[in-house]
Amino acid sequence: MNWQSVSMIYRHEMARFFRTIWQSLASPVLSTVLYFVVFGAAIGGRIESVEGIPYAAFIVPGLMMLTVLQQSVSNASFGIYFPKFSGTIYEYLVAPTGWAEVTLGFVGAAASKAILIAVIILVTSFFFVGVHIVHPLWMLAFLALTATAFALLGFVIGLWAKNFEQLQIVPMMVITPLVFLGGAFYSASMLPPFWEQVAKLNPVLYLVSGFRWSFFGLADVPVGVSLMAVGLMIVVLLAAIRWIFLTGWRLRD
Amino acid sequence: MPPIIEIDHLSKQYAGGTRALDDVSLSIEQGEILALLGPNGAGKTTLISIICGLVVPTGGTVRVGGHDIRTDWRAARKLIGLVPQEISLEPFETVANSVRFTRGLYGEGPDEAYLEQLLRSLALWDKRDAPCRALSGGMKRRVLIAKALSHRPKVLFLDEPTAGVDVHLRREMWTVVSDLRASGVTIILTTHYLEEAEEMADRIGVIDKGHLMLVRPTAELMGEFGRKQLTVELDAPLDALPQGWADRGITLSPDGRRLGYDYDARAERTGIGRLLADLNAQGIGVRDVATTQSSLEEVFMSLLENGAEARR
Repeated sequence: MNWQSVSMIYRHEMARFFRTIWQSLASPVLSTVLYFVVFGAAIGGRIESVEGIPYAAFIVPGLMMLTVLQQSVSNASFGIYFPKFSGTIYEYLVAPTGWAEVTLGFVGAAASKAILIAVIILVTSFFFVGVHIVHPLWMLAFLALTATAFALLGFVIGLWAKNFEQLQIVPMMVITPLVFLGGAFYSASMLPPFWEQVAKLNPVLYLVSGFRWSFFGLADVPVGVSLMAVGLMIVVLLAAIRWIFLTGWRLRD
Repeated sequence: MPPIIEIDHLSKQYAGGTRALDDVSLSIEQGEILALLGPNGAGKTTLISIICGLVVPTGGTVRVGGHDIRTDWRAARKLIGLVPQEISLEPFETVANSVRFTRGLYGEGPDEAYLEQLLRSLALWDKRDAPCRALSGGMKRRVLIAKALSHRPKVLFLDEPTAGVDVHLRREMWTVVSDLRASGVTIILTTHYLEEAEEMADRIGVIDKGHLMLVRPTAELMGEFGRKQLTVELDAPLDALPQGWADRGITLSPDGRRLGYDYDARAERTGIGRLLADLNAQGIGVRDVATTQSSLEEVFMSLLENGAEARR
């Protein structure tokens, strides 16, 4: 394992984030504030509580998940796509650096950025609602696992994409709808029985459910199932990335 | 001293069926400059790309410093630096950080003293904090060389290093390559510019349609395939050539002031002595005598034609 190269790729990616730190933070924080104003104050004011939790507090885990998923996917996909676009990808392919090091560097940086923004959103939420976290360590574990899983997904998208349109289309057309339909702003138990079963086909539901459990001790699906879902996602995506690097698909001529 | 690169029966056939390399074998000695010549699509870049790890071969083996590029790829790649044909740099990264990044990818820790030495040697030190996008074309090429040398490789590949650059920058690049050779780095370069190969290379390899047609020392190649022309400047113009001289390949310039004579420098009897004796016998005064050698371009074209005939 070439740890020096992992560290170099990680620091290089983080440096890019910190060069545009205000743009990186302003957009998600502003979006979150708007969500709190619209859903928490305007609409939430008419909803007394969900499963005994004030609605404004209930949506905090969902909002954090929404941001983590979007940020980890977009950061990782852009991170690996940009060297492909600029032609500097050859550097990674000719160096004594394997797929594991490249993945660890890019995905680690993308997950770190997403976690950092999620924490800032959590802090922002304290200005609007009182949130008590029942299982803080599990919350951090779910945050890290989810950020890693979706950064891996973003990495695969960046490896697959041939142009900027393809880079945008998966997050826009797949990730965002899955998050909105995954219980970010409601509990799956609020749905009619048939649609509750349909919702359980959405993998994001398991992540939001597990994350919300770490906050409030309430979950739509058992926590073990949520952990298994995110673990399975990580394993499948790692296998896909390994295959891409070993075969050179969309990387080597 | 064992060769730094040993290529043995290397082949590459792309998925579409194109055979880019066909049974290429070659040894490259430490410290030499080898120029690979060939027309577009000959297989030069494929050969370099396989050695560097960008393309997977379909047959044969390559060892760099004794390390197989497929089974012992980490050790092999540590010895290699690559300057690609295209100028590929992160536009917003500074020169120094770009070089530091490449060094890190090769598993090397920071070495600011070496970084300064490297950037100074390539006349980039004053530009170390400039973003790559702000550099001229020649400077960007030098940044690519600095990146390729950042981990002190033993072998440097230069893929068309002077493609698309002006004459001044080309000369500048030749000086850089010459300095690198003096520091002990083995250099393999591909080029379209035959003058470049002739100027810099110790040996020249000619590739066409995936076949390595020959590899010879540059001087030997020129001596073996190069024809020479003798030009004799006369004291007084001639109205016509003496009888029988045209049959010996002697020509007269339109103004009648110069004689031209093509000869094979390798031949036992070149015919020069006879010509000079005949001039003396005819009482034709000679003002000056000069010889010129055929360019490598002519040598190269002759080789390709011979190769095409042999394959037919």
